[in-house]
Amino acid sequence: MNTFFKDETFRDDFTYANSPSAVERFPFPFWEDKYMYSVNIEPHTAGQKGSVYEFPFDIDEHYVSDMRDRALVLKADPRRVQALPHMMTAQWDVLELIMTSLARDYPQHFTLQQDGNQWHWINRPLGIEQSFTFGEVSTLPYEPMEYITRQCQGDFTILDQRENNLWMDAGIATSQADWSLDFDVGMNFMEWHGPVPLAHQAGVFERALKYLLNLQQGKPVRRLNWTMTINPRLDTSPENYDKWGIDRSSVTEENVGDKVHLRVELQALWRLPRSNAVLFSIRAYLIKMRELVTQPDWARRLPRVLKSIPPELIDYKGITRYRDVTLQWLEKYDDGKPTPSGFLHK
Amino acid sequence: MTMRNQRLVRVESIERVASQIKRFHFAPIDDAALPCFSAGAHVIVTMRKGDAVYRNPYSLMSSPLDPRRYSISVLRVAESRGGSVHMHENVEVGEVLEISDPLNLFPIAHTARKHILIAGGIGITPFMAMLAQFRNDKSHFELHYAVRSPEDGAYFKALEAEGLPGVRLYRSDRGERIALNAILQNQRLGTHVYVCGPQRMIDWALETAKLEGWPDENVHSEHFSVPTPGNPFVVKLATSGKEIHVGEHQSILEALEQAGVDAPYLCRGGACGQCITRITNTEGGAVHHNDHYLTDEEKKEGDRIATCVSRMDGGCLTLDL
Repeated sequence: MNTFFKDETFRDDFTYANSPSAVERFPFPFWEDKYMYSVNIEPHTAGQKGSVYEFPFDIDEHYVSDMRDRALVLKADPRRVQALPHMMTAQWDVLELIMTSLARDYPQHFTLQQDGNQWHWINRPLGIEQSFTFGEVSTLPYEPMEYITRQCQGDFTILDQRENNLWMDAGIATSQADWSLDFDVGMNFMEWHGPVPLAHQAGVFERALKYLLNLQQGKPVRRLNWTMTINPRLDTSPENYDKWGIDRSSVTEENVGDKVHLRVELQALWRLPRSNAVLFSIRAYLIKMRELVTQPDWARRLPRVLKSIPPELIDYKGITRYRDVTLQWLEKYDDGKPTPSGFLHK
Repeated sequence: MTMRNQRLVRVESIERVASQIKRFHFAPIDDAALPCFSAGAHVIVTMRKGDAVYRNPYSLMSSPLDPRRYSISVLRVAESRGGSVHMHENVEVGEVLEISDPLNLFPIAHTARKHILIAGGIGITPFMAMLAQFRNDKSHFELHYAVRSPEDGAYFKALEAEGLPGVRLYRSDRGERIALNAILQNQRLGTHVYVCGPQRMIDWALETAKLEGWPDENVHSEHFSVPTPGNPFVVKLATSGKEIHVGEHQSILEALEQAGVDAPYLCRGGACGQCITRITNTEGGAVHHNDHYLTDEEKKEGDRIATCVSRMDGGCLTLDL
């Protein structure tokens, strides 16, 4: 039917790659030639046409293969999706938010008909058609959050708000950068951020939490986070560490360009109207070094950033083992010219 | 950034529901539905009368399950800054008002096994929305609602006529009192208590819950305090050099807005902290902190102020704006 969506893999033979236009829209996360944690949160408003910010939920050329990979992860490990009983209203909030957004922003791919509580959903790329009653779990093949997030790129958590804190009481995580929903579920904001180095001392989490507790309906916010991943593997989970941890020692000067990936997470937060919970979306974008250096300013900036990062952070992000060889390779593309200040992407 | 989405609504109907309380139904002005909200949420209603602008928070009391329209109840408070009097005397059916999107600072605890609602007077309003939610969810709840007399208490007669299990009504004109100690002593684990009403009642309920050994996490209150009037004073803005007069019935925030200053705010009730502004100097008066956001130590330090509820008792205040 549609040739926009690529047929590719995020495991085994790793055929994932970005088209030139996907490279151009990649959300390169560094706004200067160095990096440190900050409360880098801004309103999640519509960005430039064609950019990853154009719509609240970005559906790109990897959508169909991405969703196939998610289904494989869930089949092997059903604990990747969990929701505590008091989160059902929030689950419906999430289903409504994603369905109405996708149907509005991608009418060529998705259609939603609403007649009171009788809803009809069509997902053309995945060949899904479903009539159901909004609010009645038994009319869907999965609980509402799982149902819709099997059809939307990105990992998701739903945070209940109580006791001046946010609690990770539901979520789905199949494309995560080494954190586990099964481990974190039920924890509060300070608990699940416990392992992050340096940021606690800087008061980053206290300020971020106060801000998020005040998050308003209709005013979502976003931030970018990043790490690096060996091979274009979406599922770098603690549960499967035995399958991918070893990859870090496989990087050589010859294969840096194809094996080492910058992994950028576009994270967005929404206040959910019925439940007063908060939806947190974590949408991962992967780009291999060979694709990244096609953009000269990115090629200059990334090695400079990697050189400037404190060792605790390099360790926390799991980059230590292959940082030097990656730097060596990247520096060939840094001609020393100054880079423009600010973000370098659309 | 801190400004909430605003929308216009039409006043669909107005009813007197108690001697000093009117209920207003708001409908959208076009086909676009009003946003869904959660029980306990409030909106801020913007009222304009000549040059004066009032912005008052009101709890949404209609059912969260039916967002086709919003309802609020307004108690006429003669000695307040004038917003409620304006709602009572000037606002008519068909008029278009500006409201903010809902914000919930008094949410239901979704993990609770049972909910106990303690209401006094106008404090019944957020609980009307909670009742609708609890009935839909088949949650365990009790409502204890105290009024001076049936004529003074909104929805008292309707609740009495319904006679629902779990709802208990108290008339102080008959000497009836909520036996809070007894109520709090006999609850199962996982019960949450919510109180909304006059400040004295809130203080009493919080104190009683503490004495009965309830954990703070299970006790929730909504403050309905409107900033009490005080002496007029002057606010100087350090950056622009502007001098703004704050009247005795005005908040700093309202005076700033009237002077065309785009100052940050969110809840307008001293709870959220968005309007906290740095003080660079004070002269000829003391700062009175009326917010719930700054800690006691921070208030003692006195270098920041919540412009929505806190003020000076005269003199001049210089803000880092």
